Amino acid sequence: MKRRDFIKITAASSAAIMLPNALIARQQSTPSFSDPDFKKLADEALNTARMSGASYADIRINRYHNQSISTREKRVMNISNNENYGFGIRVLVAGTWGFAASHIVTKDEVARIAKNAVAIAKANKVIQKEPVQLAPVPAYQDIWKTPIKINPFDVSIADKVGLLLRLNEEALKNKSVSFCSSSMQIANEHKFFASTDDSYIEQDLYRMLPSFTVTSVNKETGKFETRNSLTEPVGKGYECVDEKFLMDDVRLAADEAVMKHTASSVTAGKHDLILHPTNLWLTIHESIGHPTELDRALGYEANYAGTSFMTVDKLGKLKVGSDIVNIMADKTQRDGLATCGYDDDGVKTKEWHLVKNGLFVGYQTIRDQAHLIGEKESSGCCYADSWSSIPFQRMPNVSLQPGKNKLSLNDLIADTEDAIMIKGRGSWSIDHQRYNFQFGGQTFWEIKKGKVTQMLRDVAYQANTVEFWNSCDAICSEEEYYLGGSFGDGKGEPGQSNSVSHGCCPARFRQVNVLNTGRKV
Amino acid sequence: MTQDQAKQIVDKILSHATADDVRVSINGGSSSNVRFARNTVTTSGSAQEVSIGITATFGKKNGSYSFNQFDDKTLAEAVKKAEELAKLAPEDNEYMPPLEQQTYPTVNAYAKATADASPDFRANIAKECIKLAMQKSLVCAGFVESGDNFSMFGNSKGLRAYHTSTDISYSTTARTQDGTGSGWAGGGHTDVAQLDGSALSNRAIEKAIASANPTEVAPGKYTVILEPEAVSNLLGGIGFRMDARSADEGRSFFSEIGGKNKIGQQVFPEFVNIMSDPTHPDAPGSRWSEDGMPSRKINWIEKGIVKNLRYSRYWAQKQGKEAIPGPSNLIMEGGTATLDDLIASTDKGILVTRFWYIRDVDPKSMLLTGLTRDGTFWIENGKIARSIKNFRFNESPVAMLKNIEMMSKSVRMQGGSSANLIPALKVKEFTFSSLSDAV
Repeated sequence: MKRRDFIKITAASSAAIMLPNALIARQQSTPSFSDPDFKKLADEALNTARMSGASYADIRINRYHNQSISTREKRVMNISNNENYGFGIRVLVAGTWGFAASHIVTKDEVARIAKNAVAIAKANKVIQKEPVQLAPVPAYQDIWKTPIKINPFDVSIADKVGLLLRLNEEALKNKSVSFCSSSMQIANEHKFFASTDDSYIEQDLYRMLPSFTVTSVNKETGKFETRNSLTEPVGKGYECVDEKFLMDDVRLAADEAVMKHTASSVTAGKHDLILHPTNLWLTIHESIGHPTELDRALGYEANYAGTSFMTVDKLGKLKVGSDIVNIMADKTQRDGLATCGYDDDGVKTKEWHLVKNGLFVGYQTIRDQAHLIGEKESSGCCYADSWSSIPFQRMPNVSLQPGKNKLSLNDLIADTEDAIMIKGRGSWSIDHQRYNFQFGGQTFWEIKKGKVTQMLRDVAYQANTVEFWNSCDAICSEEEYYLGGSFGDGKGEPGQSNSVSHGCCPARFRQVNVLNTGRKV
Repeated sequence: MTQDQAKQIVDKILSHATADDVRVSINGGSSSNVRFARNTVTTSGSAQEVSIGITATFGKKNGSYSFNQFDDKTLAEAVKKAEELAKLAPEDNEYMPPLEQQTYPTVNAYAKATADASPDFRANIAKECIKLAMQKSLVCAGFVESGDNFSMFGNSKGLRAYHTSTDISYSTTARTQDGTGSGWAGGGHTDVAQLDGSALSNRAIEKAIASANPTEVAPGKYTVILEPEAVSNLLGGIGFRMDARSADEGRSFFSEIGGKNKIGQQVFPEFVNIMSDPTHPDAPGSRWSEDGMPSRKINWIEKGIVKNLRYSRYWAQKQGKEAIPGPSNLIMEGGTATLDDLIASTDKGILVTRFWYIRDVDPKSMLLTGLTRDGTFWIENGKIARSIKNFRFNESPVAMLKNIEMMSKSVRMQGGSSANLIPALKVKEFTFSSLSDAV
């Protein structure tokens, strides 16, 4: 199958959402999908499922293209391309889900797998306590594509390898640096979705992550220190690769890895913290992103990822943060890793509040769970990481909104008497209901009387989610906004991976418990 | 895919190749599952997958391409794609030529009954758990998965190796309706006949009831009884860390000053023995490791001494050592006691069912952080006295092994993709750093 450049075709306007599905379908013009066989295969799946007794069915015909390049010092360790193609069919039979998938993408196999999915649903009917209900969704016939400027697969291997080796070389110019490894991950997800709700949706999504790690071994003490890059994965094309930024960061990383050997070990106890966005995004992800997943709150993840302290009875009542804390969920944010046109339920994506003025006001939902909290529509958070995976609720981009008063990071530091500033993503861990977390970082800086005074080491902060967010007393303004994110967030059984972005500005938190993690064994 | 079918694909790929060296790996199988929660089924599915990986080499220039379609046209194109990448790559000065045919151990990791397990079979495990939980007014969630897998490795030097395995795994979490109690149990086997779903369901249910309404115990250092799952959680990553190169490069717990490593050092007490053995009947591993190196029995820690570290083929050649493949499973020698004996021997201590969200804090000391979960109890005068709130720990598995006071017999645990044999441990001075409200 050859890819074409897709033209964005708007299908259903927001005004059309109230119209019956059949009417919408008639009004839409079918876009030119990149492969005419997609629709034929989809119709075979949907018709076979219906004929076999399904009240609802959908099919995803997906192709994944990943490229990975990894290097260390002067050596290229790996250059690999991976392509993976197949389809998965999901059916509802008498209110019970069934799913089956195959890598053989033919009409006969599609029909066979549709029947398998129905058979699995029928086998599980005996343990279905309450029939599955789906929130209504308009029919869409549309094409959506990540708005990339440079297709990362069009950039030569030599250019990519050259950049990574230059980064390693630059780090090793610092004579106290022992090793530098660097890598580039590129992901393309090409998806065709069709459902018995008359939707046919094609999407072409891109994500990228260039990164490095600098290591300094002190041969006299036998100790070693590392500093990872502060680059983040984004939903963009190769235009996100900024060589000047990477070179500046690798030089700084080399200096900081060496500095860590002689940095002062932190004094454990309560400290004010200024969390740089390169650190804060992961705290948002773990302490707000995951507990506002409705499936967790309802117990769907109890056997693995856990449940949530943000239970349904606390919706609209729990003051999870201070008044200045506003956190939005969205799958529409530019450059976001979770950004797409439609989720894997065929729901058009949007943005909404999870936390408004410190109050917990919203969940992340999908079609088969929205009704359980009395909502009339899904918020569009359904995702499967492969054609062979079962779609379920996954995190959208979740971002802390900038402070309303103008405040730069320098202003915030100047306004702070005694604190620790933390940059970069370090060790992270949080309990299965998302109360108690512990985070490290890449670098730690002492702030005294409004100035950065020295580097610290052995720092981890440990807090209760509600106490932590209620201790937030300053958030910088939008010119400091930064988009961090995770390329691989795990959840579900069998485990699935999701990519998700988190935007935020530097913020200050008062009197957080800090541990000293230095240890001899 | 049978051995003959997989071999034919390898041969076809090699027939299209123009590269100096070619390596082919084929992995696939079928996997089916049912997931339940809130005392009802949630999702259920089945998938067949195959992945073919080709690494082509011209001189010392490598390129890899993997894909999942195996019609003749795709196979021919795939070889070209790997070769095109190889031609674009710089020379790899650590390149090692392919191995010739090796002798591989016989590993019995396949049970037909597991491969044939039906949707009804899996649904019935879930159905029984839901029934038992509802009888006790509990809410349960769980996951049953079964399937078969195959692997084929071949190269242009004539090496061919094939392996099949089956697995069934089941775990369940029962919770009290008021949300103050939670209990977990799980297990996995090669042969479906060895999985006692009812026993696991009942264990989770008993733990849920016993763990309701926990009280606080102040964080600090305590004697702990770690159930095999908890020990497995902490030891799980140790195999990956036992690498000679990272030790020799000075960036691991196993490093010594001056570019040396800890091989030969008495790091742990004399009764600590950790090995891997792919042929162990209770925890079969894979027949080969990286680049087709045969897996074999390897003692990693013997009588407390670091006996071996993994040496890649390149690092072994550079250091003048024998190449040692990484562990295909983890077998820790246990004692003769039972879990009940461990509890009975404890005046004051804490029983941990399992840990959660374990992350590295300091790689040099292997310091880890994480939390207890789904059944944490206070032991007093040799008996479980009451349920207590969960803790966050900051502790190193090195300290755990050094502080062992007593061990149970080892039992099979599912550690990610490998099967391990792990005992319950009684360990002194285990560090809990804070309390968690999570149940």
